[in-house]
Amino acid sequence: MTDERQHHSERGRIRVSGFDSERVTQREPLSDWTEDGGGETVGRWRRGLRRFVRNRAAMGALVIVVLMALAAFFARPIEVAGVVVQPFSLAPYDPTTILYLQDPDVSVYDAPSWQYPMGVDGSGRDLFSRMLVGGRYSISIGFIVVGLTASFGLIYGAVSGYYGGNVDEVMMRIVDTIYAFPGLVLALIIIAILGGGYWQLVLAFSLFGWAGYGRLVRGEVLQIKENEYVLAAKALGARDRSVVFRHIAPNAMPPLVVLASLNIGSVVIGVAALGFLGLGLEPSTAEWGTMLTATRETLIQGPGGQIPWWATVYPGVAIFTFVMAMNMIGDGINDALDAQQTGVGRGGEE
Amino acid sequence: MSLQRFIVKRALSIIPIMFGVSVITFGMFHLTPGDPVSQLVALNPDVSAAEEAALRERWGLDGPVWQQYLDWISNVLVGDFGQELRTGREVSDIVWRRLPETIALGLFGWAFALVIAIPAGIYAAVNKGKLGDTVSRFLALSGISIPNFWLGLMLILIFSLYLGVFPVLAPSEPLYHPDMLWYLILPGITIGTASAASIMRVMRTSMTEELNKEYVTAARAKGLPERTVILKHVLRNSLISVVTLAATLTASIVAGSVVVEVVFNWPGLGREFINAINQREINVVMAITLFTGFFVILANFVADIVYAALDPRIRYD
Repeated sequence: MTDERQHHSERGRIRVSGFDSERVTQREPLSDWTEDGGGETVGRWRRGLRRFVRNRAAMGALVIVVLMALAAFFARPIEVAGVVVQPFSLAPYDPTTILYLQDPDVSVYDAPSWQYPMGVDGSGRDLFSRMLVGGRYSISIGFIVVGLTASFGLIYGAVSGYYGGNVDEVMMRIVDTIYAFPGLVLALIIIAILGGGYWQLVLAFSLFGWAGYGRLVRGEVLQIKENEYVLAAKALGARDRSVVFRHIAPNAMPPLVVLASLNIGSVVIGVAALGFLGLGLEPSTAEWGTMLTATRETLIQGPGGQIPWWATVYPGVAIFTFVMAMNMIGDGINDALDAQQTGVGRGGEE
Repeated sequence: MSLQRFIVKRALSIIPIMFGVSVITFGMFHLTPGDPVSQLVALNPDVSAAEEAALRERWGLDGPVWQQYLDWISNVLVGDFGQELRTGREVSDIVWRRLPETIALGLFGWAFALVIAIPAGIYAAVNKGKLGDTVSRFLALSGISIPNFWLGLMLILIFSLYLGVFPVLAPSEPLYHPDMLWYLILPGITIGTASAASIMRVMRTSMTEELNKEYVTAARAKGLPERTVILKHVLRNSLISVVTLAATLTASIVAGSVVVEVVFNWPGLGREFINAINQREINVVMAITLFTGFFVILANFVADIVYAALDPRIRYD
């Protein structure tokens, strides 16, 4: 290169000085792109996972959710049909034990102390133990309901979008009708008819909760089925079922996963709200929402003397923390999977 | 298709949905075992079969289900929702008395949400990536994550019990009085917070998208002050996406009113609904459920029309 330059005049030329071509070829690569790796493709899910792991807020939220779920699981021993499945007990007291019956020094609404770190509730029970156990109901119901509704919504939406025509018309009118009711109102009515209880709550939130997934998946499928690979699969003689579930449905998954992760929080809030209204589980159950029922009466009627803030603050903080963490995970998944275009998780980071 | 024809067509499409809503409402109570009569009988084993049949006839619970549905729906269409089973009061009287209270609460919640969310969304989009954006995004995420009943309890705890700024209980008599604003503030904030958070998130996203478009560059290039670019050009286009949220948010405010009215003892439809559920007054529950569906459908309809009117690119089909 230097030889070549000497043949030309130096005037009017831009000279690049200090350019060392050997150092450039030897320096550290700026990205992890390599010539050999360029040909390989990384799957959508793997790439999403990598991005998710790099998102510090979402990973922090994941740690919180896992810790809360573990705390609920290990709070008290679990027995299934008389067999102890889980022998550990993090909670110092049984959540239904009325403390003043055993210890005359304890009274209703005792303030937080070393022995009772979150205080004593309105019926003389240890609030900290109740808080740990309280996650069991809301968290597990949240995951079960979202699992059920997302699966059914996937099938419903895939069938509706794939077949189109009158089938689609009827199926979507049903979804429109369900959409006219707020989910909480439907859940309230179902609980009013069936009575409270764990599986009744699951049913109350699942029975109509799939409609949102159905509508979302149908919209995705309408776009996906125009792709050439669908035509190719059909031309090769694949049956409808295999076209829908092997070629179309997997491509509709990313927005579904985003919506599902954002919905866990709303189911948890819904379960807690029913508990608060006295329509979820037994009134004495240690469930976060149910625990707030009694405290409302105390607040409204005006407690004599000291205000027992701990009975109101802690259960709500638990619900809030869990739902917030779940929503941060949902936003994180949304960013990682690029589901933004579908408009599902609008408002997250782009 | 002209806008007028679109409105007519859209209005006609409400009819099958309203029909579906009435079928679901009725079906949930009448296709499940255990009507109010059999529940009463279960409590009172002395009731004879003849008395049971008489009661069933009086409450319109005899005959095949489709017959019951036709009787019920033809009465509902002329505004007769039946009577309360225990007291014999007209359900429509109860609904009309409670409805204004709930509407007042809902409107206040809506107003609160818009007043907070739109400036916050603009601020976040303009200052994207800066500290203020991060803080307001965190607040918006908190707003959609906070359970509304707990927010209400915390507001009571802080503002009523510790600071003594707002009264605790809503008065039981109907509130057509300037004082009512004081009672409205805490429940209104509680009911509007989740909507405010959702609007803000959507506002920020759509505004960010709009800011990257070429007409913004053109407006800036011709020397318009940044204020005018944002408030006159970008804001108007971003607001369109807020309109699409209106229906979802109306559903969330309607559902929210059930819970919030119980927290604050607000004398509206939501509290009446919970009372009716606890006392198994199915006529009241069905009437309020129908109203709920009606409101959400209406909001959807209005949102679609406003959307079509605002955005001329939309094809009406």
